[in-house]
Amino acid sequence: MVENQNIFEIKDFSIYYGDFMAVKNITLNIESQNITAIIGPSGCGKSTLLRSLNRMNDLIVTSRVEGQVFFQGVDIYDKDTDVIELRRRVGMVFQKPNPFPSSVYENVAYGPKLRGIKKKSPLDGIVENALVRADLWKEVKDNLNESGLSLSGGQMQRLCIARSLAQEPEVLLFDEPTSALDPISTANIENLLQELQKTVTIIIVTHNMQQAARISNYTAFMYLGELVEFGDTNSIFVNPQNKLTEEYITGRFG
Amino acid sequence: MAIFDDELRDLRERVLKLGFMVENAIRDSVKALVERDSELAKEVIKNDHLVNALDVKIDEECVRLIALRQPMARDLRFITTTMKITTDLERMGDMAVNIAERAIELNAEPQLKPFVNIPKMAEISQAMVRDALDAFVTGCSRLPYEVIKRDDEVDDLTVKNFEELLGLMIQDPKIIHLAIKRTYIAKYLERIADHATNIAEMIIYMCKGKLIRHTEI
Repeated sequence: MVENQNIFEIKDFSIYYGDFMAVKNITLNIESQNITAIIGPSGCGKSTLLRSLNRMNDLIVTSRVEGQVFFQGVDIYDKDTDVIELRRRVGMVFQKPNPFPSSVYENVAYGPKLRGIKKKSPLDGIVENALVRADLWKEVKDNLNESGLSLSGGQMQRLCIARSLAQEPEVLLFDEPTSALDPISTANIENLLQELQKTVTIIIVTHNMQQAARISNYTAFMYLGELVEFGDTNSIFVNPQNKLTEEYITGRFG
Repeated sequence: MAIFDDELRDLRERVLKLGFMVENAIRDSVKALVERDSELAKEVIKNDHLVNALDVKIDEECVRLIALRQPMARDLRFITTTMKITTDLERMGDMAVNIAERAIELNAEPQLKPFVNIPKMAEISQAMVRDALDAFVTGCSRLPYEVIKRDDEVDDLTVKNFEELLGLMIQDPKIIHLAIKRTYIAKYLERIADHATNIAEMIIYMCKGKLIRHTEI
């Protein structure tokens, strides 16, 4: 078996919104083909850090960064970076399922079409493959032309995952992907993430500590923009080394 | 959170109560033997069901807290430690019952010789139990390590006791049935010290998150 590589190397990395420093000088490596969870109280900078990994923060006018984020060895904040291509390789799934107001098929085929894949047969293959990988195929294969918005919450979220997978990403970023879902849909998504982890590196921001404990291999705990503790998930939840981490995960914070 | 803290404190107090009951059972069982007081021995046997009931109650409470509170980190280590050391304490209670049973049998016969090793072993074992439980309350210190070290003293006394009794048995085979029962009692005390050692090892786990049993410390 090949040793897992660091797909992301984050070095002395800070993010500002105007004068406010939201992420403070973080150094962190993300191993490929693993699930890394980022936990911490609201406002700790975890979503900001997550969004910086495919430069979604560029969309916020006042934001700027210091330091470096290497993706597969290349600094994504380099001026030559093709941001569109970066976001294809590093996909993102959000808290609220946000399918396009079009058919299930079109939702998944949208990205590949933009990439120039126009012919029906390869597109059909990509759509089926992505829906199978997102564990949604069986439920929608007879209704591919129905609106994506007609699905249940859990199905919509899996449709969004399929839409990302159709772009053949190397990394998927998840920002609270199950906080709007019931426990059964949540369990489905969690099982799906653990399956996807074999082929795609997953980084997930979650408020649900049990979720981080259940599915992640590594856990990062952030507080006030700083990375307080990072380690394998078992150590973080059984025997954290930092007092702040301990207080947070035992619910005795503040 | 405050309610959970109260629940954890109640749990800790129950463990201490169990420890107190078991300490008394050990002390009384050996006292019943040394002072030839079979009534006291019967008392120890009679009271064991209270130890068993509290053992079950503590286990149930641990399972409840795991299910409902989903404890993490030090809370998780505290609860898993509680579950394990409760089992050790309950077994010690059983050993005290065994000592009391042998005491009743021996008290019905003439005394072979005054007790020397067994009271010493009882004293050390009891102190080990007490210190292990002190460490459970006070948390991380040298105390659990001291407890583990003292197990060797009890082991040495077990061997010494056996060799002395073996000498007597060779001299006079008619006393074998008495000597063997004394050997059993020493073995029970040696087991009690082993359980106290287990508790001390779990306290170290609770503090440090590291399992040290079956390793050299």
